[in-house]
Amino acid sequence: MKTLTALLFSILALASGISQAADAVVSSVVPVVASASGVVVAAAAPAAEIPINWHAVIMFLIFVAITLVITYWAATRTKTATDFYAAGRGVTGLQNGMAIAGDYMSAASFLGIAALVYMNGFYGLIFSVGWLVGWPIILFLVAERLRNLGKYTYADVVSFRLKQGPIRVMAAISSLIVVIWYLIGQAVGAGQLLHTLVPQVSYRESIVVVGALIIIYVTFGGMKATTWVQIIKAGLLLGGATLMALGVMSHEGFSFEKLFSDAVAIHPKHLEIMKSVVPIGAKANPIESISLGLTLMFGTAGLPHILMRFFTVTDAKAARKSVLYGTCFIGFFYILTFIIGFGAIVLVANQPAYVADISKSILALKGGGSMPAVYLSHAIGGDFFLGFIAAVAFATILAVVSGLTLAGASALSHDIYASVIKKGKATEKEEVWVSKMSVIGLGIIAVLLGIAFEKQNVAYIVALTFSIAACTNFPILVLSIFWRGLTTRGAVLGGYTGIIGSIGLLIIGPTVWTKVLNMGPAIFPYDFPTFVVLPAVLIVAYFASVTDSSESGQKERDAYDAQLIRAETGLGAEMASSH
Amino acid sequence: MSLLIASNIQNNPKYLQLVKQRDNLSWTLSALVCIMYFGFTLMIAFTPDILTRPISDTSVIPMGMLIGVGVIVASALLTGVYVYKANGTFDPIVQEIVREASK
Repeated sequence: MKTLTALLFSILALASGISQAADAVVSSVVPVVASASGVVVAAAAPAAEIPINWHAVIMFLIFVAITLVITYWAATRTKTATDFYAAGRGVTGLQNGMAIAGDYMSAASFLGIAALVYMNGFYGLIFSVGWLVGWPIILFLVAERLRNLGKYTYADVVSFRLKQGPIRVMAAISSLIVVIWYLIGQAVGAGQLLHTLVPQVSYRESIVVVGALIIIYVTFGGMKATTWVQIIKAGLLLGGATLMALGVMSHEGFSFEKLFSDAVAIHPKHLEIMKSVVPIGAKANPIESISLGLTLMFGTAGLPHILMRFFTVTDAKAARKSVLYGTCFIGFFYILTFIIGFGAIVLVANQPAYVADISKSILALKGGGSMPAVYLSHAIGGDFFLGFIAAVAFATILAVVSGLTLAGASALSHDIYASVIKKGKATEKEEVWVSKMSVIGLGIIAVLLGIAFEKQNVAYIVALTFSIAACTNFPILVLSIFWRGLTTRGAVLGGYTGIIGSIGLLIIGPTVWTKVLNMGPAIFPYDFPTFVVLPAVLIVAYFASVTDSSESGQKERDAYDAQLIRAETGLGAEMASSH
Repeated sequence: MSLLIASNIQNNPKYLQLVKQRDNLSWTLSALVCIMYFGFTLMIAFTPDILTRPISDTSVIPMGMLIGVGVIVASALLTGVYVYKANGTFDPIVQEIVREASK
C-alpha cells in the first residue's frame, strides 16, 4: 500500500510539474482561455478535502502497470516498420475484432449514450443504431480489399494506381484533421472524467497523464502494444457493462417490462421518454436526421484509425472475420448501454446521494452530465464497483487515444515523409524514427490543445471528424477500389471538395456559427453537412475524372485491372512477417 | 505478381465470375443495410407515431425500441451472412484461380 501511495504521488507530482510547464506554453499561446481555466483550478482546490477514491486509483494503477508490461514485451518484438505500424500482420480475426471494439467504443459512447438514455429515454437508442450501421458497410465494401491492397495507411490503397504525391498529401491532410480533432475531444473528455472521479487530480494533470502514457505505449510498443491495450480495454469495458446490465436486470426481476415501467414512473417526463424520437423538447427535422445518419454510417467507415486496423491482420479472411466479431461486440455493447441508461433512471435519479439538488431537479447529478453510468455502478456494487468502472472508463480513453495517435503518426511518417518528401527512398529505420517523433509531437499537441479547449464548447467535434471522414476518406477510398474511371485529378479535387466543404459548412452551420462564435442565426441551417457535401464530392470526382484526357489519367485507368486482381485474390498482398 | 500470372487470371472465366458474384453480394448487402437504416431514419422523420406506439395495450415499450434493436441485430446477422458466403464460396474459388494461374 505504501509503495503504491508513493508511486501515485510521484506520478502526480511529475504530472503537475509537466502540466505547469504545459500551462506556461498554453498561456503564451491562448491567454484568454488559460486565464479562464486558471480560475477554475483555483476554485477546485478546496475539493481536495474529499477523500481519495482509492478503489479507482488502485485499479487504474493496476491497469497502467499491466499495459506497461505489455508495452515492454511489445517493444522487444517491434523491430521492423511492419511490426511498428501493423503489429507484424500477425493479429488474428478474433483479436482484431476485440481491438476494433476497443478502438471504437469510446468513453464518450459508454458514458455519453448512457447519459443520453438517462435524460431522453428511447431517443438514445436511435443514436446507438447510427453508430453501429457503418460496420456492415466496412465489411462489405472495404475491409478485405484494404488488407489486400494496402501496407500501413488507407492512402496506400487510394494511391495504388494513382499519383503518390498529390493523393498522399490530400489523404494525410484529411487524416490529420480527423485525428487531431478526435484527439482534442478525447483529451478534454479524459481531463473532465479523471478530475470528476478523483478531484485531487486536476484537469491538466489528468490530460498530462494520458499524454505521457500514450506516448510511452505507442513509441515503444507501436501497433503491438496499441492492439493489446485495446483488446484488454474492450474486455474490461464489455465485462463491466455486462455486470452493470445484469445488476440492473436482477434488480428488476429480469423483466424489461418492469424496467421500462419503473423508469417511466420515476422520470419527471414520465411516458414522454418512450414517445420522443428527438431529444426531449427538440423539434424533428427530416433532413437533419438523414444527414446525421449519412455522417455516422459513412464516417465510421472513413475513420483513419479504424481503417488502419485492417493492415494488422494475417490475411483477407482474418480481416473479414474481425469485422463480424467487432460488429457483434459493439452491437452487444450498445444494447447494454441502453439497459444501463434506463437502469440509471431507476436506481440513480431521485437518490439524494447522487443528485446535485433534489429540490430543483431529480435528474441533474453531482459532477455533471456524463455521470449516470458511473453512479449506477455505485448503486449496484458500491465503492469497489464504482472504482472499477471509473478505471475502465479511463482505460477506454487511453486505448482510443493510442489508436488515434498511431494513425496520425503513420500519415505523417509513411505518407508525407517516406512517400512524398523522400519519394519512397527513406529506409525503414528512418521512417519508423520519424513515426516515433510524430507520436511524441502528436501527444504533446493533444495535451496542449486539450488544456486550451478545457472551457470550450467541444460538442461540434464529433460532427467535424465524422463529416470529414464520411465526405472525404470514405467516398475516395470506395471510388478508387470500385471505379476504373477514377484518376488522380478526380480523387484530389473530390477529396479537397470533401475537406473544404465539410469544414466550411460546419463553420457557417449552427454548431459553430451560433453556439461557438455567437454570430446569430446560422447561414447554413444544418448541424451535419454530409447530405450536401457527399454528393458534391461524388459529382466533382466523377466529372474531374471523366474529363481528364491526360496520358497519365489513361494509364491510371489501365492499371485498374492489376489492382482488381490483387484486391480480389490477394496475390501480391503484404505478407505476415515470420517472427 | 508476374505479368504471366496476371494475364492468366485476367483470362480465366472463373475470375470474372468471382468478381461479378462478390460485387453483387457486397452491393446487395450494403443496399439492404442502407434501406434498413435509412428506412428507420425516415420513420423517425415522417411517421414517429408508428415508432412510439406501444407494442401492446398494457406495455410501455414502444415499437421503435424493437425496430431499433432489430436493426442492430440484423446488421450483425448480415455481416455473418457475408462472412459465411465469403469463407464457404469465394475463398475456394480464389484458391482455385490462383492455383490454375501459377501452373
